[in-house]
This record gives sequence, structure tokens and C-alpha cells, in this order.
Amino acid sequence: MALTNPSRVQLTEPIPIDARAADHLRYIRETMESAGEFTAVPGWGGVAMGITALAAAYFAAIQASPARWLLVWLLEAGVAVAIAAPAAATKAHRANAKLFSGPGRKFLMSFMPAIVAGGLLTYALTHAGLYGALPGLWLLLYGTAIVTGGAFSVRVVPVMGFCLMLLGAAALFAPANWGNALMAAGFGGVQIGFGIWIAKRYGG
Amino acid sequence: MAKTSAAKQEQTREKSTGLSTVRGNSREAVSPDLDRLIHERIRLGIVSALAVNRSLTFNELKSLLKTTDGNLSVHARKLEEADYIVCTKSFDGRLPKTEYKLTTTGRKALERYLNHMEALIRATREG
Repeated sequence: MALTNPSRVQLTEPIPIDARAADHLRYIRETMESAGEFTAVPGWGGVAMGITALAAAYFAAIQASPARWLLVWLLEAGVAVAIAAPAAATKAHRANAKLFSGPGRKFLMSFMPAIVAGGLLTYALTHAGLYGALPGLWLLLYGTAIVTGGAFSVRVVPVMGFCLMLLGAAALFAPANWGNALMAAGFGGVQIGFGIWIAKRYGG
Repeated sequence: MAKTSAAKQEQTREKSTGLSTVRGNSREAVSPDLDRLIHERIRLGIVSALAVNRSLTFNELKSLLKTTDGNLSVHARKLEEADYIVCTKSFDGRLPKTEYKLTTTGRKALERYLNHMEALIRATREG
């Protein structure tokens, strides 16, 4: 009997055992990668935070005293939290995930230490009257928080953190009156740019 | 009824030790010491996902592995019966919540499986 059914031949084409084993290993790696990712970083939320940061940079720049300048940025920090928290919760809910379990918890646990350190250092430096150091400190530590938290998220998130860290490093050594412009670039420009990227590539 | 029958068929397949098949000129052999329990795709996915998380909920696993409720619960139960994962049921407010964690036995099984796959690749490429 002739063995000439080509589709049959194609169906029974053997898969080399090493290719199959490699496929299993690839599946394990991909599952681990996606299971370890926190995908609820809010892209559009980041854009909104960036826009409010640009407004804050403008209002901070026209304040007469350092205390009022600080107040503007502290209010902006509160606004940013008020935007980010519901935006992340909504995105996590849409993805049928939880913010405070699995990758989300790891993200927060890695994100928070740098933010808490930033808060304490802000308090100490303002008491010492060292307002000029704050833009560099904030950008650097917010960038650090994004990089460390971003280790559990999609790759673009830690890249955004590095950009913020670079701006923070620049702000530490730049003249003090560049602070608002560098924060506008970091908290505004970087967050808007990466926010659009995250929103378009990673579901909102 | 159909579910029970399918589960029995799978159990029979897993118990079978005659796992070697010969196809054409290439021999696709499955070693008898291969852990068939996590060799199955969904179960391998569950164990791999739990290996990088302290715990994951039923819904998180379902969304991650893009599978159905029925499929996930059948496979998760098999892993649970083998003591590879533990399942805790609780309430999140009024909603029931099922959470899975990888056990030490499960983690060791995954390590063994990884070593096995790597050994297969090495042996085939060297041979």
C-alpha cells in the first residue's frame, strides 16, 4: 500500500526530543516572567500625573518663599497619589488581578522603601533649610522606587525609573534654580512620555 | 459524568509506564522517571507561576494561564492531591477566595523537572 498522503506525513512528522524539552523550558520561563510581572502600572494615570506635575512646576516657580514652593510640591505629591492609586486599582481590576497580592505586593514592597526614605529626608533637609537639594533628592528617590518596583513589572517601567534617576543626578549637581525645570522634565515629561507608551502597549 | 470519565482516562495514562513512542525515524521517548504530573502544560504553568509568587489566587492563575475555571480546578486538584500545592479557601468580604501556594515538595518536583529537561537537551545534543 502506498504511503502517499502528504498531510498525514506532515501530521506525524516527529518533533526532536531536545526541541520539545527546550519548548517546555521556554514555557516555564515565559510563565515565570509573566507571573512575576506587575502589569497594573497605570499608563494614562502616569500621563495625568505628568500633566499635574507640569502645572505644579509652573506654580512652584512663581512662589515667593521656599516654604510655599515646598507646599506646592507636597500638594502635587498628594494629587499624584490620588491619581495613581485608583488608576492602578482600576487597571488591576480589569486584568482580574489584585493590587496587594502576588506581583502587585512585590511591586509595592519594593517601591515603598525609597519613597519613605524620601519623605524622611525631605523632613530633615527642610529643617536644615536645604531646599536646593530637594529636586535632586525627589527625582533620584522616585526614580529608584520605580526601578526597584519595576523589577516586577514590564521592562519599560525600570527604564522610566533610570531616566528619572539620571535627571535626579543632574539636579543634584545643577544650579538650584534649575530644580523646577528638571522636575518638570522628570515628573512631567518623562511620566507623560512613558505613560503614553505603557498605556498603548500594556492596556491602559 | 463526562468529567469523571476524562479524569479516569488521564489517570490511566499517567499510571502507564509504557511511555515510549517511536515515530518515523526519530524516537521520541519519555523516560519513566519523568514527573508526568507536572509534564502536562496547565499543571506545569501552575507550578511555574507559583514558584515566583508566594501565593496566587484562582482568578490570577486563570487569567495568567488563559484557561477555563473547570480546566484549572481539575489540574489544581491533581497537584493538590500530590501535595505539590496547597489550597486555602477564605472570604474576601462576601466573595469566596481560593488561594494557592507551592509546597516544598512541589518546588523540588519543579527543580527535578527542570534538571530532567536540561539533561535531555544535553544528552540529545551531545549524542
